[in-house]
Amino acid sequence: MSKRVVITGMGIYSCIGTNLGEVKQSLFEGRSGIVMDEERLAFGFQSPLTGSVPPPDLKKALNRRQRISMGEESEYAYMATVEALGQARLLADDLNKREVGILFGNDSVSKAVIEATDIVREKKDTQLIGSGAIFRSMNSTVTMNLATIFGLSGINMTISAACASGSHAIGLGYMFIQQGLQDMIICGGAQEINPYAMASFDGLGVFATDIDRPQQASRPFDKRRTGLVPSGGAATVILESYESAINRGAPIIAEIIGYGFSSNGGHISTPNIQGPAKAMRRALGQANIRAEDIAYINAHATSTPIGDANEAKAILEVFGNKPYVSSTKSMTGHECWMAGASEIVYSTLMMQHGFIAPNINLDEPDDDIKELNFVSHAIKQEFDIYLSNSFGFGGTNSALVVKKFNDG
Amino acid sequence: MVGPIPHWLSRNLTMDKASVYQKINEILVDEFEVDEQIISPEASLKESLDLDSLDYVDLVVIIESNFGVKLAEADFEGVVTFQDFYNIVEQRMTARN
Repeated sequence: MSKRVVITGMGIYSCIGTNLGEVKQSLFEGRSGIVMDEERLAFGFQSPLTGSVPPPDLKKALNRRQRISMGEESEYAYMATVEALGQARLLADDLNKREVGILFGNDSVSKAVIEATDIVREKKDTQLIGSGAIFRSMNSTVTMNLATIFGLSGINMTISAACASGSHAIGLGYMFIQQGLQDMIICGGAQEINPYAMASFDGLGVFATDIDRPQQASRPFDKRRTGLVPSGGAATVILESYESAINRGAPIIAEIIGYGFSSNGGHISTPNIQGPAKAMRRALGQANIRAEDIAYINAHATSTPIGDANEAKAILEVFGNKPYVSSTKSMTGHECWMAGASEIVYSTLMMQHGFIAPNINLDEPDDDIKELNFVSHAIKQEFDIYLSNSFGFGGTNSALVVKKFNDG
Repeated sequence: MVGPIPHWLSRNLTMDKASVYQKINEILVDEFEVDEQIISPEASLKESLDLDSLDYVDLVVIIESNFGVKLAEADFEGVVTFQDFYNIVEQRMTARN
């Protein structure tokens, strides 16, 4: 018999706040975290807009060996994970005594690779790169660092699935626990936020062009959207079997009840309607609920013309126009590898506190999707079940269904 | 291999031993977070810095970036104390000059 999988802790380090309290407030107020980064213009970007997060100061928390192995994505993930462990009431000793796993979504380490390569180009000597570079230069940098810092002994790997990485990491963590293979897994997503990481993405011409109004540039579903705004940070959720949480008296925040996935099997960057619809239907099927049971959909919508339109059509096809729909990327920008995890944190905060965060900058939806039940201003609304979409390059799709915890 | 000479060193290529020692100590305190109080010529470098194999790579990097000379793996073979370490850096600097 499959096990119930609950969330007992969350942590967030993002451009709309660096802890749960700040982020909850930003979500409710519809506050944007987008800024204009002059450095990107000088670097050759078409669009200099980005989410902005403060660099964490880890000098007191971690020793030199630990710090030099960490790039910024690992630093953000450390901050989010410390907060999540605190909320889950897990101490270092608990992590060492139990078999705890870690699954994180991450799909680039551009800055680390480029900086190490620059040193070799200049010095013509690999030994002068330093010992931390290799551990910063692998996609699995987040999980290798956090597993070492926290002394974890369970499943330990990174999931790279483009902008659905964080969502798949949580989905896979859910499956590991559901099948009884693990009792507790630290899941999440992390995203570096520097020009190196986003230059080639900017080169595609898909970033927002409304650079004079940074906070209005990310406008998913709106007719005047011109593209996405890149962003980053990290988000962590502590997944645990229901039995484990109950046995240790942990606070249970929510329950994951469905994970759907699919691949479009089509264009490398242009999404379709069928793939996302299939992932959403699969998530509903696994959760054993009906489409009308979903009260809120946190859309993947990144503010690109075709992506938003096709997702909206997929939502209409599967759910009709009943559920509330918003894209928190209107405030955060596109947190890419981290987004699937951060949007679980955002949506769960909404469910916990009885509100739905707005899709800001949504003045007028496209004509053929305007019947969707968009939330353009925050509303106070209790709800019990939501679905969160995440899609990525290569046509990878993930949909997670999360339910308010009910001990029944 | 000889790297670029740092600005502060280019003004004083004949820096005296005390200055070299002091600079090395400053680097170890700043970069390796060594407690200044435990540094002495006779103290064990390995134990004081809690060195593992990866740390030796970083010692080579910081010496190169601060003194413009590169230590080789073989240089560390006889190094036990801080004084031994000062000596191998000095030898490399002398050989370069």
